[in-house]
Formats: sequence, C-alpha cells, structure tokens
Amino acid sequence: MSTVLILVDSVGGKVSKSTAELATFGKRIGDVVAVICSSDSAAILPQLNTLSIDKTITCTGVDFEKFSTGAVAAALASVVAKESPAAVLIASSARGKEIAGRLAVRIDSGVITDAIDLDSEIIATQSIFGGSTTVHSIVTHGTPIITMRGNSIEAIAGSGPAGAEDFALTYTDGDRAAVLSLAPAKKSGRPELTEASIIVSGGKGTDGNFTPVEELADALGAAVGASRAATDAGWYPHSFQVGQTGKTVSPQLYIAAGISGAIQHRAGMQTSKTIVAINKDPEAPIFDVADFGVVGDLFAVLPQVRDGVIAKKS
Amino acid sequence: MKIAVCIKQVPDSWAQKKMGADQRLDRESVDAVLNDLDEYAIESALALVEANSPTGEVGEGSGHSITVISMGPERASEALRKALSMGADDAILINDPGLAGSDALATSKVLAQAITAGGYDLVLCGTESTDARMSVIPAMLAERLGFAQLTFAGKVGVSGRTMTITRQTEFGVEEMSADLPAVISVVEKINEPRYPSFKGIMASKKKPLVTQTLSDLGISPSDVGSSAAWSAVKDSLPRPPRGAGIKIVDDGSAGSQLVAFLAERKLV
Ligand SMILES: Cc1cc2nc3c(=O)[nH]c(=O)nc-3n(C[C@H](O)[C@H](O)[C@H](O)COP(=O)(O)OP(=O)(O)OC[C@H]3O[C@@H](n4cnc5c(N)ncnc54)[C@H](O)[C@@H]3O)c2cc1C
Repeated sequence: MSTVLILVDSVGGKVSKSTAELATFGKRIGDVVAVICSSDSAAILPQLNTLSIDKTITCTGVDFEKFSTGAVAAALASVVAKESPAAVLIASSARGKEIAGRLAVRIDSGVITDAIDLDSEIIATQSIFGGSTTVHSIVTHGTPIITMRGNSIEAIAGSGPAGAEDFALTYTDGDRAAVLSLAPAKKSGRPELTEASIIVSGGKGTDGNFTPVEELADALGAAVGASRAATDAGWYPHSFQVGQTGKTVSPQLYIAAGISGAIQHRAGMQTSKTIVAINKDPEAPIFDVADFGVVGDLFAVLPQVRDGVIAKKS
Repeated sequence: MKIAVCIKQVPDSWAQKKMGADQRLDRESVDAVLNDLDEYAIESALALVEANSPTGEVGEGSGHSITVISMGPERASEALRKALSMGADDAILINDPGLAGSDALATSKVLAQAITAGGYDLVLCGTESTDARMSVIPAMLAERLGFAQLTFAGKVGVSGRTMTITRQTEFGVEEMSADLPAVISVVEKINEPRYPSFKGIMASKKKPLVTQTLSDLGISPSDVGSSAAWSAVKDSLPRPPRGAGIKIVDDGSAGSQLVAFLAERKLV
C-alpha cells in the first residue's frame, strides 16, 4: 500500500477544513501520513482524531512560525526522503503554493497547483482560464506535489491516526527572512472565506454600507466577501477580497451584491457551484455567470432575502 | 542595490483564452501585454531607487540599477520596452527555441541563472502571472538562489542592506525582514504604477535590451523546455457554458423569488 503525505494546515493552532479535505483526497491513493510543521502541534494533534489519517509525523526542532515557507519545504523534503510517498498534497493557499514550489525545487519533482479533483491514479483536475476550460494533468517526474483548492470535496470523517511520530530536524540553510511581528487577524465569528459553503459578497454598490450583506450572511451562516472596489475604499479589510489578487473561492453558493463582475473578480469566484447576482445595471457582466440574477437595488432585495431565509428556518 | 525585476508578457486579461492542439495556451490568437501584476514590481523598484538616490532619480547618478528580465519569445521585448519606458535602466530577454513548453521549475531555473550571472542582490516580482496563475516563481527563485523570501509585500522599506516588508496573510498582518540578497513579490495594493511619459518612451528606445540564449547562460537544452517539464496536461475540454441563468427584474418580490430558488436547490 502506498502512502500519501498531507501537510496539516492550521492558523493559530486551529486545523483548517482543508486538512480534512486533503486527507479525503489522500485516502483515494493510499495510507495518509499527516505532517505537522507548526509549534502548535500539541493543540493540533487532538483535532486530527476524527480525520481519515493513518499516521502523524510532527517535525520538531525548527521555529516554523518565525521563518517563511523555506523551513517547511525543507522539513517536507526530509519527510519525503524518509517515507517515499506516492504524492504530497498541500492546501492551495498562497502559503501552500509557495511551500509546494520550494519543495518541487528541493526534490526536483513536478508540481500541479489549484487542483479541484484528484483520482487514485494521481491525475489532477484543474479549472483554468477563469473556469472556461477543464484540464487533466499528471506529474511525470519525481514525487507528485499537488496543491488542492479548498471546498473541492466533501471531507469524510475517519478514525484518526493509529500512530504518531516525532521527527527531529535542524534548519540552517536558505531562508533567512524572519517574522518580526504579527498582529493576528481578528476573528469575525463567521466562517473563513475559503472554507465557507456560502459567501455573500458586497461591492461598490453597497456604497460603504455592508449591513445588509452581513445580515444576510448571518442568516445563511455564510462568510462575507468583498470586491476590490470595496476593499480599496476601506469598507472591508483586504483579507476579505475575492478575486485575482484576493482569495479564490469555490463555495456551494456565491451571492454577489452590487458587484459588476470584472474579469479580475470573476477569476476568484467563477467555479462557485451556484452564483446569484443582485445588481441595478441589467448590462452588468456578473449576470453572464449568474444562475439567478436580480436586476434591482441590493438595499431592497437583500433584506427581503434575509427575512425569507429566517422564515424558512423557523 | 542591484535590482532585477522579473516580468512576463501574457495574453490580455480580457481576451478569450483557449488551449491549442499542443495542449498549451494558444498565445498566437490573443493580444499580448505586460502582466499587469508585474507593473507593481517595476513601480516598487523605481520608488525604492528614487527614495535612496542622492538625486532623487533613477539612473546613473542613483548608485543603484534596475534591470528587467523576461523569458519569452521575441515579442516579449515589447513588455520589456514598456518597463524601460517606465524608467528601468536596461533589459534582458531570454529567448531560445529550446525554452518552448517550459514549466515553472525550468522557468525558475533559467531566471535564477540569469540573476546569478548578473550579480543582482534584490529580485522583485509580481505575485503571479495572470495566465498561468501558479504563483510559485518568487518562492522557487528564493529556493534556487538561497535568497531570503519576502513575498506578498504590501509595503517595502530598505535601511542599509536590510529589507523590511509588511504583508497580510491568513495569520494576520506580519512584518518581516531580511538582509540582502532577497526576493520580494509585491501585491497590487502597494502602489499605483506610473504611466510611461513621452520622454520615458523616447528614452527607452536608446536603452540597452540584450537577448540571451541558453548557451549564453550555460544551460543545457535538455534541462528545460517541454521534454524537461515535470508535469503534463493529459487532456483539456472547454467547460460547457453555464446554462443561461434566470434573470428577473425586481418588482418588489425578487427577494422572495430568490429564496424560493435557493430552497429548490436545497441551499437554504
Ligand atoms: C491588477 C488588478 C487586480 C485586481 N484584482 C481584483 C480582485 O482580486 N478582486 C476584485 O474584485 N477586483 C479586482 N480588480 C478590480 C476589478 O477590475 C474591478 O475594478 C472591481 O472588481 C470592481 O468592483 P465592483 O464590482 O465592486 O465595483 P464596480 O465595477 O464599480 O461595480 C459596482 C456595481 O454595483 C452596481 N450597483 C450600484 N449601486 C447598486 C445598488 N444599490 N444595488 C445593486 N447594485 C448596485 C452597479 O451597477 C455596478 O455594476 C483588479 C484590478 C486590477 C487592475
């Protein structure tokens, strides 16, 4: 039976949903070995007990929080040498892709990013050109390194690891960049943008008033997103921006309110399963990708939707 | 600082992109432009030099230099000329028939070799190219060169040989620093790229733009190009266009109709 390495993804000691998704993809190929490169391993380990993971390897001896992705790539390269896995799966975040790129250089192996599906033969599916083309790709040399986009699979639960190992490492070379300070992101109480199954996004059309967007999001248990026009105006933090230079999201439902649908915005949300658009302008390009479009004023439509959703629930 | 800015020529963002028979992006049929995310890296290089130049200007008297480097076909020289017209000092086009079909690993190998050969100590990049969107080249360059990696910078400062950046990540707002040599990628929030002035455009025509081949860089053709690409596209299909969606004009009941639609799709 072959093994697959997955890199455990966590923020502030909380394991992200993408880790369970990586484990689910990994299980299609072989035994799943979860690699922890974080000083929060004590908090992380118990959270892996319900995932389909066969073993954990905790890398120790390196201050992973202080250094950027070079240290993680170096640690993974050592684990690859030890375990000879059939593939390495990493979450397709900005950080995950950097780790994948550095690891590919280190172990001279092919890398595929932003995969939305992966089969037992390690054939990856990607959606490119703003979702207009689907490609199937394979790695032809070395250990396949594949980053998987969040929300691409329904994670299945498992019985957790049967074994846990520590792997002592030293990291001396390469990456000398150090984090001087970190102001942790404020918790909003809403789901993470990249993990959410529903997202309600607001744009320039909100005119700075995100209240109807947030109220609908809360009724739906959704995350809030924003267009660049809204983040540039300072109405919402940049970390909530969806699009080419923001987050790439792929929820079950994406509701765009007061967003025109520029190509750069669509690049980040076009693979959402169902897209709803609310816009005053009947010609807005967002309607070209919407499954349900409302030509209307978001300040009238969103509260009505919120009330309808709340009524359905009670 | 001896700065190299790595740039790419890409299909215009608005162009309808499609795959060619060789399972590669069909570049011939679309307009090519300078990757807009690289303009922010060029602007950052110019701003860094201006802020640290005795004359306040880029160029000879500044004590620093800015070279733009691109790997690509002959017509990528247009993108390099644009960077020169914005104010960069000189340009290198790495063009060789053996490079066709190179993957990110090969691209980073070639760029790293050109950076080593030129003795640059600061490499600036955009965060990704708008065509391939892998966002791995800056990290691969840092890995290959052994340079410090400072990516996704929203602010860049220099003091002596120490670079400091501020960036927003999933962890929060981070301040990072490293001594040169370093690779820095910048996000689009960092600045507003300048438009080339008429004077800049005229001056760019006289600025050096040299072409390097694989043999100039001492790279074997067997290490790059399609035969050394460690990943391959098996097949590609245009995705069936989204079925024409429902579009209604709000008559006061659109919200309720939308809730009914969501209920039908089991989304509420
Ligand atoms: C390098 C680069 C990177 C970029 N990256 C991104 C990115 O990551 N994400 C991103 O989103 N953009 C990005 N952009 C910007 C993008 O091109 C657009 O400018 C941006 O998406 C527009 O935001 P918007 O739709 O909110 O604003 P607008 O385009 O101004 O649209 C506002 C819309 O709101 C509608 N409206 C107004 N009032 C109401 C109302 N009361 N009710 C309903 N509708 C109303 C209007 O009809 C209009 O369609 C990028 C651009 C560049 C150059």
